[in-house]
Amino acid sequence: MTPSDREATGLLTRPDDLVRLLDATGGRHANAEFDPWVADVDRDALIDLHRDMVVVRRLDSEATALQRQGELGLWPPLAGQEAAQIGSARALHDDDFVFSSYREHAVAWLRGVRPDELLSVWRGSAASGWNPFEKRMAIPQIIIGAQSLHAVGWAMGARWEDSDAASIAYFGDGATSEGDVNEALVFASTFDAPVVFFCQNNGWAISEPVGLQSKQPLARRADGFGMPGIRVDGNDVLAVLAVTRWALDRARRGEGPAFIEAVTYRMGPHTTADDPKRYRTDDELAAWRERDPITRLHALIAASGADIDAVDADAKAAADRAAAELRAGLTAIPDPEPMSVFDHVYAEPNSHLERQRERYARYLAMFDEEGER
Amino acid sequence: MTTITFGKAINEGLRRALAEDDKVVLMGEDIGTLGGVFRITDGLQAEFGEHRVVDTPLSEAGIMGTAVGLAYRGFRPVVEIQFDGFVYPSFDQIVTQVAKLHYRSRGTVRMPIVVRIPFGGGIGAAEHHSESPEAYFTHTAGLRVVACSNPADAYVMIRQAIASDDPVIFLEPKRRYHVKGEVDLDANLADARPMGVATTVAAGDDVTLVTYGALVQTAKDAATAAAEEGVSIEVIDLRSLAPVDYATIESSVRRTGRLVVAHEAGEQGGVGAEIAAAITERCFEYLEAAPVRVTGHDIPYPPAKLEQHHLPDLDRILDGVDRALGRPNSLSDVTEVDA
Repeated sequence: MTPSDREATGLLTRPDDLVRLLDATGGRHANAEFDPWVADVDRDALIDLHRDMVVVRRLDSEATALQRQGELGLWPPLAGQEAAQIGSARALHDDDFVFSSYREHAVAWLRGVRPDELLSVWRGSAASGWNPFEKRMAIPQIIIGAQSLHAVGWAMGARWEDSDAASIAYFGDGATSEGDVNEALVFASTFDAPVVFFCQNNGWAISEPVGLQSKQPLARRADGFGMPGIRVDGNDVLAVLAVTRWALDRARRGEGPAFIEAVTYRMGPHTTADDPKRYRTDDELAAWRERDPITRLHALIAASGADIDAVDADAKAAADRAAAELRAGLTAIPDPEPMSVFDHVYAEPNSHLERQRERYARYLAMFDEEGER
Repeated sequence: MTTITFGKAINEGLRRALAEDDKVVLMGEDIGTLGGVFRITDGLQAEFGEHRVVDTPLSEAGIMGTAVGLAYRGFRPVVEIQFDGFVYPSFDQIVTQVAKLHYRSRGTVRMPIVVRIPFGGGIGAAEHHSESPEAYFTHTAGLRVVACSNPADAYVMIRQAIASDDPVIFLEPKRRYHVKGEVDLDANLADARPMGVATTVAAGDDVTLVTYGALVQTAKDAATAAAEEGVSIEVIDLRSLAPVDYATIESSVRRTGRLVVAHEAGEQGGVGAEIAAAITERCFEYLEAAPVRVTGHDIPYPPAKLEQHHLPDLDRILDGVDRALGRPNSLSDVTEVDA
């Protein structure tokens, strides 16, 4: 990117502004720079986006319930981040590749991940749920920020191979303090890698407020790495879609990476094992409830003259179906076979592990079906 | 056969791998124009281009993490870590990603990454330039760890490591880079000894001496010296540290009844500890004496003028051999209760 390009985007000079096309009451704000990126989003497309968000919120609440019922070991809820995830994932092309953290269930759902594939890892039944190459989405990453480097490496390869695909790295505000994310930004910048850094700043890294990670808006960091940084209202699905399309497009055109800070809020706990009441106030939660991503899009659709009752009924029916599929998917997850504990450690035969496997099989063979020796 | 240096043998192996598979990419610091601080990649960027031989920013974690992403795309990255002591910033990516992704992805994502590490001491270097970090990696499931000891092996093993669908930590004994040896540059991998198989480099009957990397030559010299005293040492070049070729060691120890393991790395939790334990388990009834370890001390790598007091040399190895044989040795008057 040349200095004049940077000038033209106007983004580095105003990272404190949030790009917002849709306000909390559903008001549509004109934006000369980003409206063109969502010019094709007509009322039907808005209704689709609304349905997506209703469905993933339902999937998320169902999964939380399944954890409470003991069916899942753990669940990291996405509630509140529906617009950030749906808006960005709807901007992707099929041949793009997603490298996510562990909370991007909505992204996974849009990439075609089935409920049983989504839940198996949280049920403790499998190390991961889906084939990354089928879904064009890597398996979830627990190590904070590690996937950002993978996204960059993938994008470097895409550029070397003259592919017009791009990758997207999803990570949170806490990850921006990790070395991996900063190193990823360096590599992406110097190699002009077609990658979009999509940071969901949901305000909290478990109990640590974003102010502990940064003294300034996270998007401003992009400047130091020589790429545009943009802050977007992460609860505005239309704005998220627009900026992500913009960033992906310039990446595809060989203009290098961009950093998006989607300002959103984690309405629930970090995971089902967390108790956010210990570190944040009801007032804060209530304030963010006023900025609910689904409510504002719903208001826009209603104001557009759509048959809102039909829209709601359709969304509810889709959510009911998805919830039923989720529960059915749960029962479709097989319990793992004991000896599968040794599977896939290596791609090639390994004498050491084969010996351990053989010996453990002998040990298990001492027991009968009732588990008696 | 061509006579070339150890370093040149690796260079030729890399060249051939780059030529044979356009998914092979070399990544590292100073490996392009400069050809690496040890010149192992000399001329390769000029020949294959800057997208095949990639000078990277100075971030080992960045190199390793982007190598993972490239592997996700089907590349076979060969990463050069400039010196052993610089591998630690990339340790997280190696342990949590490189080693585990095949398992975590249930076999769908392969990590055919080679991590080349010039390792070991004996070159009078500054701190962090002489370390032997192999045990960190042999302890990590999902990795293969190999160490080459001579030019012919280096030429073949680097190609085998690159061809492996599992990640390989490839240890190069930097103090041997300038040693010359005969290399068959037409060698085919199909005919080559698998890198997981150890090599008996000197036959003997009285004691089995297992080592790897730079100490293989020292061990061979020790065997020659011992022969003059009528002691017959069988020297095994381990080559693969994970997994270990126990079949070769076992068959030797069953004949000799005595085992010495030597390495530059510290004693505690080292490769020698593992081999001593495994051979004791597997060959207890054949052992005439307790296995002996001859290792570096359990200290941070010392200043250059002290490294001779850290690194096992010919005499320390022979002292270990004497312990295994019950001949007079430095610990003759020490009982294990005292020790």
